[in-house]
Amino acid sequence: MQDTMGYVHSVETGGTVDGPGLRYIVFTSGCPLRCLYCHNPDTLKLKAGKQSSAYELLKDISTYRSYFETGGGGLTVSGGEPMAQKEFLKTLLWGCNQMGVHTTVDTSGYLHANLDDETIDMADLYLLDIKSWVPETYKKVTGVEVGPTLEFAKRLERMDKDVWIRFVLVPGLTDAPENVEGVAKFVSELGNVKRVDVLPFHKMGEHKWQSMGKSYQLKDTREPTAEETEAAKDTFRKYGLDVH
Amino acid sequence: MGVHQNIDKANADTLPFLKEDGPKAYAGFKKGDWNKEIDVRNFIQLNYTPYEGADDFLAGPTEATTKLWDAVLELMKEENKKGVLDADTEVVSSIVSHAPGYINKDLEKIVGLQTDAPLKRALMPYGGLKMAVAALESNGYKLSEKTAEIFQKHRKTHNDGVFDVYTPEIRRARSAGIVTGLPDAYGRGRIIGDYRRVALYGIDKLMEDKKAQHASLDGNVLNEETLRLREEISEQYRSLAELKEMGAAHGFDIGRPAENAQEAIQWLYLGYLAAIKEQNGAAMSLGRTTTFLDIYIQRDLDKGVITEAEAQELMDHFVMKLRMVRFMRTPDYNALFSGDPVWVTESIGGMGIDGRTLVTKSSFRVLQTLINLGPAPEPNLTVLWSEHMPKGFKDYCSKVSIETSSVQYENDDLMRRYWGDDYGIACCVSAMRIGKQMQFFGARANLAKAMLYAINGGIDEKTGKQVGPKAHPITGDVLEWEELEPLYDQMLDWIAKVYVQALNCIHFSHDKYNYERVEMALHDRDILRTMACGIAGLSVVADSISAIKNAKVKIIRNDEGLAVDYEVEGDFPCFGNNDDSVDVIAEDIMKKFMGKIRNQPMYRNATPTQSVLTITSNVVYGKKTGSTPDGRKAGEPFAPGANPMHGRDQKGAVASMKSLCKLPYEDSQDGISYTFSIIPGALGKDEAERIDNLSHLLDGYMHDMGHHINVNVFDRKTLEDAMEHPELYPQLTVRVSGYAVNFIKLTKEQQLDVINRTFHGQR
Repeated sequence: MQDTMGYVHSVETGGTVDGPGLRYIVFTSGCPLRCLYCHNPDTLKLKAGKQSSAYELLKDISTYRSYFETGGGGLTVSGGEPMAQKEFLKTLLWGCNQMGVHTTVDTSGYLHANLDDETIDMADLYLLDIKSWVPETYKKVTGVEVGPTLEFAKRLERMDKDVWIRFVLVPGLTDAPENVEGVAKFVSELGNVKRVDVLPFHKMGEHKWQSMGKSYQLKDTREPTAEETEAAKDTFRKYGLDVH
Repeated sequence: MGVHQNIDKANADTLPFLKEDGPKAYAGFKKGDWNKEIDVRNFIQLNYTPYEGADDFLAGPTEATTKLWDAVLELMKEENKKGVLDADTEVVSSIVSHAPGYINKDLEKIVGLQTDAPLKRALMPYGGLKMAVAALESNGYKLSEKTAEIFQKHRKTHNDGVFDVYTPEIRRARSAGIVTGLPDAYGRGRIIGDYRRVALYGIDKLMEDKKAQHASLDGNVLNEETLRLREEISEQYRSLAELKEMGAAHGFDIGRPAENAQEAIQWLYLGYLAAIKEQNGAAMSLGRTTTFLDIYIQRDLDKGVITEAEAQELMDHFVMKLRMVRFMRTPDYNALFSGDPVWVTESIGGMGIDGRTLVTKSSFRVLQTLINLGPAPEPNLTVLWSEHMPKGFKDYCSKVSIETSSVQYENDDLMRRYWGDDYGIACCVSAMRIGKQMQFFGARANLAKAMLYAINGGIDEKTGKQVGPKAHPITGDVLEWEELEPLYDQMLDWIAKVYVQALNCIHFSHDKYNYERVEMALHDRDILRTMACGIAGLSVVADSISAIKNAKVKIIRNDEGLAVDYEVEGDFPCFGNNDDSVDVIAEDIMKKFMGKIRNQPMYRNATPTQSVLTITSNVVYGKKTGSTPDGRKAGEPFAPGANPMHGRDQKGAVASMKSLCKLPYEDSQDGISYTFSIIPGALGKDEAERIDNLSHLLDGYMHDMGHHINVNVFDRKTLEDAMEHPELYPQLTVRVSGYAVNFIKLTKEQQLDVINRTFHGQR
């Protein structure tokens, strides 16, 4: 496969929360969603990233194999939205497949229709962000429709790909019982979901919004309490899901 | 067979204690070479029980432990308020100078204090009288006139000796701070007595052995070397007699071997206590004792004479004593080595050369003290990490690290190749075979400042004085590597020469006036000596060269034309990002300087080594160094040890580690120190994940031949809060370069330095 250039915001070599084991995370830039709570707003614009060669990245990734092997880790492509640069993503996944390095894609799935099955099949694991169940809420949170995300979930089920679902709990925004319950029920009916991460909303990205001169709309939103987070997790557990 | 019998017979004659029928202390132990000669390793190998399980057998603190520790905490609280709880101003400390002291005699399972009262600091002027006086006075005490007179009129100190022989050139380099932290006014430390010998053999047998060693030199040509050794062995013999006397004062007959676990720990501790009563060395490390002690504990457990709770109690009480070791220090010393460290380093775990793990249940027990008594900087608990160690132990280490940030890790798979499987760590990162090797501690040379000397033709950038050899300075406006490289090379030649000369002066004098007789009594007759040089500012130098090569570095001059600052235009790769183009520079500088060190003649034919370690002196080094071509401003701290500069490692924890792993141990056999801080959330979502991930990080780092790593798991907020409210964090421990400190005991500057370090996961 040919080398491909892509826009990359940054690289994190010691990732532990975006997939199993120790992860080499490539944060691509460019995202079609405009999530209110985005904690990497500096990755939203495609050209905010640095033009990078997939081959160069693969070469770098290859030097970390001893860390991957001990803990079942590997590459995670996150963003931004990795699917916004499908050829670049494909080259990274292909290279890791060749090296036997585990691959994970962290995505909203919104752009999945642009990717053929061959590419989708190259990743070992998907971290699928379902930001809401209620369509109006989804639109409010992300600025786009929920449909493609749910379709992608079904597509992954058909292709029997492993999936971890991620749900961000934001008080007053995504925490309505029918919203949480809706995601939980939908997810529990898929046969390929290995785990669910309920992520309590945090404001660590706020300073980035400010430094970019943009207004942060969740300025007055509080972080959920430990009890609230636990309650949301219980909703997922009720459906027999492995929740973290 | 016949030959063997002859050797056995010869040994039995010269060493009568090695007769066939061992004392009852050895009942149940497998016999071997250790019965024929002093050979603790052989005893361990034949008798220890490797443990491959998990931590579920461990016991919490007993009531006596909690009560006793509370009493110690009270004293420490008082000490924190006053700086020093109490100090002796008259009696010069020796093995037998003070009557036994206790915390609460009825509760203490292991006894013995440095002086007659807990936390009362001893008077030790042999390293230098000025230092002893200054240490007392800065804490509001005054040395007794009578004692002062002895050292002014009748007894020369190590410090006097060194300054009698220093050259003017060495003095200039020393006061300019291009070599700093030299042990020329205080005890050099970093010598580990094999304290296990006291427990295994008893003092009587060790004295017999020393007598035989002395006799073995009778027929030798009496040259200076032999005379010195004969005198030293006589001193060693005498110190053993005093050690026995000190034991008797505490009610123990340590002339004989220890007969049970409590005695084994007590005997061993008394050996260590003798050392810290006589020497206030910069690092007074314990060695590798827990697997040895486990043999006694396991025997008692098997016999049913103690329970697990009682075994843990012994360990807790032992560690409590190690937490109470104190020396009188001056403010200058504290600025270099902040937080009252003594480096009671204990090396734990590792693998044997036969493939069995050296992890025993007591490897767990000693770490468990951090849970039972709470976190603490001392003893400096050092896990000798091997990829091949049992998972149960790895995960327990990670768990304790995450909870307490009090543990450091060093690569056993790497060091075992060099030092076998019975080495221990002295101070922070210095490996040595226990009882068979010592080092001449050599602090470090400032390679970043040396670069500034090269630019300015040997003139000090802060004082304007000619300190280095007069050389052609850089006269242009922009630094070019082709021009600077040969000048820097010459300057490094000069530093290597002056630096090793200084060390030769120091150790010549220390051997004469402040000889570590009891520590050396617990060594073999013939030992390996290393000259442990060191370097500071490695990442500053690597980044500076990278900046000069890849960006444009303009020189800013003062009115005298001296280069005092630099303006960097453009980007350049920095050390700590797994980028070969700069990592190789760091590697080259290290190799190059080691090569220059190796070319120098060494006192006592020592084997030269070097370390990349700063302890907390990275702050002082930074203060003494002007702006550097990497953009670091005058006075700003260096990174600690071999760390990347703060905030310049931008590709995450593992990239940082990969850069460190490229530094070759071959050229830095005294250790390569890396201090790593990560926020808990960046290690994983829950405790189980965090433990797993930390174990994997350590496995990966060691697999890539990284040497040392300090692991800190906390966030910046905690530290900031502790600066504001120190009273709420009496036991908050942080790992700095090579040791751990009580955060609230650091100077304000050093607290800020720790806070400004790269915290992985904090984006």
